[in-house]
Formats: sequence, structure tokens, C-alpha cells
Amino acid sequence: MSVLIFAEVADGAIRKSSQEALYYGAKVAEMMGTTATALAIGSANTDALAAAGRFGVTKVLHAADGALNEANSMAYASVIAAAAAHEGAKVIVTAKSTLSDGVMARLSGKMKAALGANVTDLPDLSNGFRVMSSIFTGKAFAVTELKADVKIIAIKKNAIVPVETAALATVEAFAPALNDADFSVKITGQTKASGAISLPEADLVVSAGRGFKGPENWGIVEDLANALGAATACSKPVSDLDWRPHHEHVGQTGVKVSPNLYIACGISGAIQHLAGVNSSKVIVVINKDPEAPFFKAADYGIVGDVFEILPKLTAAVKAL
Amino acid sequence: MKILVCVTSVPDTTTKISFTDNNTKFNKAGVTYIAGPYDDYALSRAVELKEQFGGTVTVINVGEADTETMIRKCLAIGADDAVRVNAVPTDAYFVAEQIAAVAKEGNYDLILMGRESIDYNGGQVHGIVGEMLGIPSITPVMKLDIENGVAKMYKEIEGGKQTVEAPLPLVLGCQEPIADWKIPNMRGIMTARTKPLRVVEPAANDVLTSVDSYELPAARSSCRMIPAEEAETLIMLLKTEAKVL
Repeated sequence: MSVLIFAEVADGAIRKSSQEALYYGAKVAEMMGTTATALAIGSANTDALAAAGRFGVTKVLHAADGALNEANSMAYASVIAAAAAHEGAKVIVTAKSTLSDGVMARLSGKMKAALGANVTDLPDLSNGFRVMSSIFTGKAFAVTELKADVKIIAIKKNAIVPVETAALATVEAFAPALNDADFSVKITGQTKASGAISLPEADLVVSAGRGFKGPENWGIVEDLANALGAATACSKPVSDLDWRPHHEHVGQTGVKVSPNLYIACGISGAIQHLAGVNSSKVIVVINKDPEAPFFKAADYGIVGDVFEILPKLTAAVKAL
Repeated sequence: MKILVCVTSVPDTTTKISFTDNNTKFNKAGVTYIAGPYDDYALSRAVELKEQFGGTVTVINVGEADTETMIRKCLAIGADDAVRVNAVPTDAYFVAEQIAAVAKEGNYDLILMGRESIDYNGGQVHGIVGEMLGIPSITPVMKLDIENGVAKMYKEIEGGKQTVEAPLPLVLGCQEPIADWKIPNMRGIMTARTKPLRVVEPAANDVLTSVDSYELPAARSSCRMIPAEEAETLIMLLKTEAKVL
């Protein structure tokens, strides 16, 4: 009856975004009077997996078959279903991500599971099983009852603040039979922005808009982001103009972020942009137009020229 | 090539969201409904593939009669015919069941839809349909070409992209820049009126989730303005007051 958490692996260890899911899953297990088991798929370091215990998980199943090193939503869904059967798990927790989206959709079909996406808080188990989900791209929330026997919870970043202990989890090899049909999609190549901080996972984001006039002016945005250790993002017009890559586009049809700090520079704040950022904890807006609608959604604002203000901010961060 | 494009009817992206009946119903008053923006990308790419390879594009929507204006617009953009499953799209599993039932009859090479709807943002229907039909599903697909019956794609992954290929048939969740949105021309609008729009009743009725109530996010307390000449004080405030640095 344990709670199963899909823990995404990157560079041999559990991704930071999945640590939150581990803690969330352990909390749900506690509420249900059971234990939490994590499932890590792909090659990983055993000590790094045991560290999942710090987030309240007692056991980690490790599916280390080399065929699973490349993320494959069909095969991953099959492995998770096998692990759920192995553990008798009826509740499956994941961090919402580009990978988990495809995997959990598949798993929902496979297990006829009720899926709560973009969940923002612990479930309410007082009468049934209810979760709070962010909907309308952050413009509202829905309290949704998950009515199927098997439930999948995909949590949004910052759904819970993990508290770590010194505990270690036991790591068990898990080797379910793999199905050839799950490998008909071939991965032929992969490119990742090296060194850069992944935008959906970032705690701090510096975002810039058309106010920067051209891609050649992004240096001061990157300077501030580097000084802060922040990820860079942009508005839709900027990615449409190819000034910046699409994966930096934040908004209704782009990446949805919920960092601790979102600094919007030279972005007026169209409702479609706000939809992608309004679950950020603190929003700073810098714009030369005092009437920019973004100021109404901000916690701190500066009216002024981004070309003058950003270098000042960068210097102030470096002086901290 | 036979392509099925699944289209949701959603409030326009500029809609101010509100609720009625003690926050248990979405307030439809004054709301303009559009085809899901991601679905629109899928439809545009489907029409381009039809222009390249020949074949047909069928649009499917699970919705009540009021979605037919949106469906006609999809026909005007270049789809050949449409199916409306006459039901309220209760949840992802229910919608996927309806699409899978229609897809089974049609033997489609490609089933395209947006990566997610912009109302519930679930992003589940493509995967469930793929599972029900026993064919691969891939999301979010940003580029799609077909060469000798093999789909060559790239998809977004955390912090980058992956190139993948798979034989047809496939279910794909799409997002930009897979195609540019198409705007219907006058000829399209005229011919859309007479293109076939078949209405069918739901094939199954499994509903796994239900929404009890809605909430709006708490409004942000007013914005604290910092004079431009004292911009650097922002950093100290973020550290000591907001405690985010």
C-alpha cells in the first residue's frame, strides 16, 4: 500500500525537482499511515539514491537496465506500473516536468488512474481524495476529487518545502521484464544547453522582453543572471523574433515557472505572459513605462531604463 | 495520409477568469471560446502535411453544440471534415476514450493534438489515447517531418531538445514552433460551411476525476516602487525583506 514516487535521474543522482516530490510523497504516505518508496530509472550512483532517505523515503527501487538510460515515456510508464504492482502502490507522485508529462499521461491510460496535474498542496484525505491544482495556466485553482482506485499526483514546483533529515533509504535493484514494443520510438540525438540553469527548475529567473531592442543587448541580462545564479527567460515576442531560443519563452504557450524570484525587465506584462509567471513567489518589474500592466502583478517595481538599471543591480548583487 | 486532429474549445487567452454558484462553476458570461492554441499548431502542421503528401485531415472535438463555430473555423483553415462527440468534456480519461473510439474506426496515420489544453493544463489526453490504441505517443513535439512512413521529430526536454523518430501510426502532443498558425481565407470560410460535420454520441462514460470547487489566486499586495536612481536598494530589499536571495 506504499506511496510510489517517480524520481527523475540526471547525472547519476535524483534531480532537484524530484526531491520535492520525494518529500511530498513521504508526507502523503505519513497521512495514509504507510511508507514511501521511490523509483529511479536509468543508471545512477547507489549512494546518491540512498540519499533519497533524507526526504523521508524508506526504500528506493532502482531500474538500472541500460536500455532505460534514455528517457522513453512508454518504457518508463511500463516500469512505473510494474513498480506500483510490486509495492501495491495506489498513489503515485511525480514532479511535473517535460518528461513526466508524457510518462504520466501514458501511465494514466495504462492503469486507468485519476491524474491530478499541477498540484500545489498536500491532498485532503478527510472525505475521499482531493487535490488542489493550478488551472487556466496559473490564473485559478481547482479542488479536484481523484475518484479512481489508482491516483497520480504531478506536483507543481514549490508545492511543498522539503525538510531534510540525515536518514538514508535502502536501495533495491528492480528489473521488470521490458517490452520491445515500448522501444519503437528511437532517440537519435540530444542537445542540452550546457552549464545553464534549467528554467523550469530555477529558483531565480531573470526575464527580458522586447524592451531590449535586439539579441545583441542580452549581455546585461546574462550578467545579472550570472551574478544571481539565475536562469534567463524571455517573452513570446522575443522568441518569435528568434532573439532567444524557444525554450526560454515563458507564458501561456511557453514554459510555466514558479521560482522564488522572477525579475521581468522590459516586459509590459500581457495577460498571456502573466499566466506563465504568476505563481512566482516574488515578482520584480523593471520597465520604462509606468503604465505597464505588469506593475499591477508585481511586488517590487522600478520605472526606468533597463540599460541603466540592470548594470546597477548586477553591481549590487556582486557587492553582497 | 490520414490525419486526425483533436481540438479543444477553451476560453480565449485574454479571458479574465471568474466563477459563479459559490465558486463551483466557471463563469462563461462574456467569454470568447477559441480552439486551444496548442491544438491550432497541430492543425496547422496537419494541413501542411496534407498539402505535401495528399490525404485527409479530420478534426475531432468532444463538446456540446456550441463548439461548432470553432469546429467550422478549423474546417476553414483546411481540415476536410469533422466529428463532434456530443458530450461535456468531463475529464482527460473521458475525452481520450471518445477520441480513441473514433480513431479506431478511421485507421489514422497520425493523431495530432496540442501538448495540453489551456484550461485544465492536464496534458494527458495524447498519452491515454496512445495507450488505448496501443501506439506510441510523444510530447511535446516541436518539429515533425515524415520520410518514407517514418516520423522524424524533435521534442523538448528539460533544458534542451531531443531528436526522435518512430514509424506511423503515432499520437503526438504538439507545441510551437511545429508550424505557424494559419488564418482562414475567404475561400476556406465559404467551403467550410458545407464540409461534413458528423455528430456522434459518446462511446463510453468513464470519469475518473471531478472538480468540487474553484479558487482565484490571492491578489498581490500593492507593488513597492523603488526610484530608478536608487535601483541598487532593490537587491538589499530582496535579501532582507523578501528573503529570496
